[in-house]
Amino acid sequence: MATDTVVQQDVQKDESAWSGGKQPFKASYGKLMMWYFLLSDAFTFAAFLIAYGALRFSMPTWPVPDFVFAKIPFYSGEAPLIFVTFMTFVLIVSSVTMVRAVQEGHQGNQKGVVKWMVWTIIGGSIFLGSQAWEWNTLISGEGVTVTKNPFSNHEESGTYLSANDLKKEGYNEVTKDGATYYLATDAADIPENRFFVKYDHNGESYAGKSFEADDPYLITYSHGTELYEAGAYKTAGGEVKKEGYGPKAFGALFFFITGFHGFHVLSGVVFLIIITMNVASGLYHNRGNNYEMVEKMGLYWHFVDLVWVFVFLVFYLL
Amino acid sequence: MAGLSYEEGKKQAYRGFVLLGIITIVEVIVALIGNGHVIEGFSLPKYVMYPIMIAMSLYKAYFIVNEFMHMKYEVKGLAMSVLLPTLLLVWAIIAFLQEGNSWGQRRELIKDKNAIDVKEGQQTSDILKFEELESGFRLS
Repeated sequence: MATDTVVQQDVQKDESAWSGGKQPFKASYGKLMMWYFLLSDAFTFAAFLIAYGALRFSMPTWPVPDFVFAKIPFYSGEAPLIFVTFMTFVLIVSSVTMVRAVQEGHQGNQKGVVKWMVWTIIGGSIFLGSQAWEWNTLISGEGVTVTKNPFSNHEESGTYLSANDLKKEGYNEVTKDGATYYLATDAADIPENRFFVKYDHNGESYAGKSFEADDPYLITYSHGTELYEAGAYKTAGGEVKKEGYGPKAFGALFFFITGFHGFHVLSGVVFLIIITMNVASGLYHNRGNNYEMVEKMGLYWHFVDLVWVFVFLVFYLL
Repeated sequence: MAGLSYEEGKKQAYRGFVLLGIITIVEVIVALIGNGHVIEGFSLPKYVMYPIMIAMSLYKAYFIVNEFMHMKYEVKGLAMSVLLPTLLLVWAIIAFLQEGNSWGQRRELIKDKNAIDVKEGQQTSDILKFEELESGFRLS
């Protein structure tokens, strides 16, 4: 019958595809699957960053990035965004060294591949160390946690009060466990009633300094007493108030998203070490596929750099 | 860097580094100038800063994917199968920013209602609620 012949012809034509050995999109299975894994991971990170965007957009105020991220090692002043720019550069350099490693692989140059991959590992490790320093500064130095955020913006203008000002307003000084704070008459000694004279982390007093609405501030966190010393101020209208915490979501989002990215960098470094050792042992030379494993590892590493480009944009620039 | 000689490939890699480095520095400078850290008292409005920084980051992403990750030299089908799904994120960003905006407006509404409650007592805020239901929660 006519249909039988047509079916037979189709089967014959497809035989070459079914007999195997043909690569879809001319890419090996491993490379193609690495791309699809990276696509799925991109959606995961996009989901986190979009959640950040939605939450931040819903808040009346949000910590100002160049105020929050202004610390660098060995310097006690303010250097807004300098450290994270350094971290971005470290990842860019490590991406370039990875490109060089892949190129040496295509040349079959085993020693070259090892050399450039070692540089990539060093770059990744420097990034991890830097991120750890950043986290430590925020957690131990400034007291940001997953549930508490001492960075905020003023809603109105005012002037910070000194110890004498507070006493004149009728607040009683209390010194306990190494901390000095002020309570209104008849107020219970609980954290929400404690008013502090504001000092910054270098010990300088803020008494007498005034501020405008939308000015950023940081509730000074005292590492020794583990107290958040919410500074007392007087508004333009004459009310005595103290600094409030900023949006809670800030800490949770920052640590979760940079932590998730840092976890990817860490696993990337671990994989880089394993594959560098494999290269050094001659395994990929024997496979004779142009060091494709190095190329696949390169894809993952560039993806990590790519995600950082967007985390850097969303958290630190916007 | 497929189809290029070894020497040319090396040069491309280093040019890539310089390109990405320069774009990053410009992004940071725009952020610092725009927030008033460079020139005393001078700042840029958000609608100027944000598009510049977002465009630069998108260009960096395009460069990293196409050159470092070799996408430009791959079969078109592979490139499309990976890149086209990311267009869904355009919808996601628009939808969730709108969502966040709506949450913010509802927070404001709750704050206003609480303020009225404190000032005038229960009766007024009940009437407010009824009028909102009437107007279908139209918030301007």
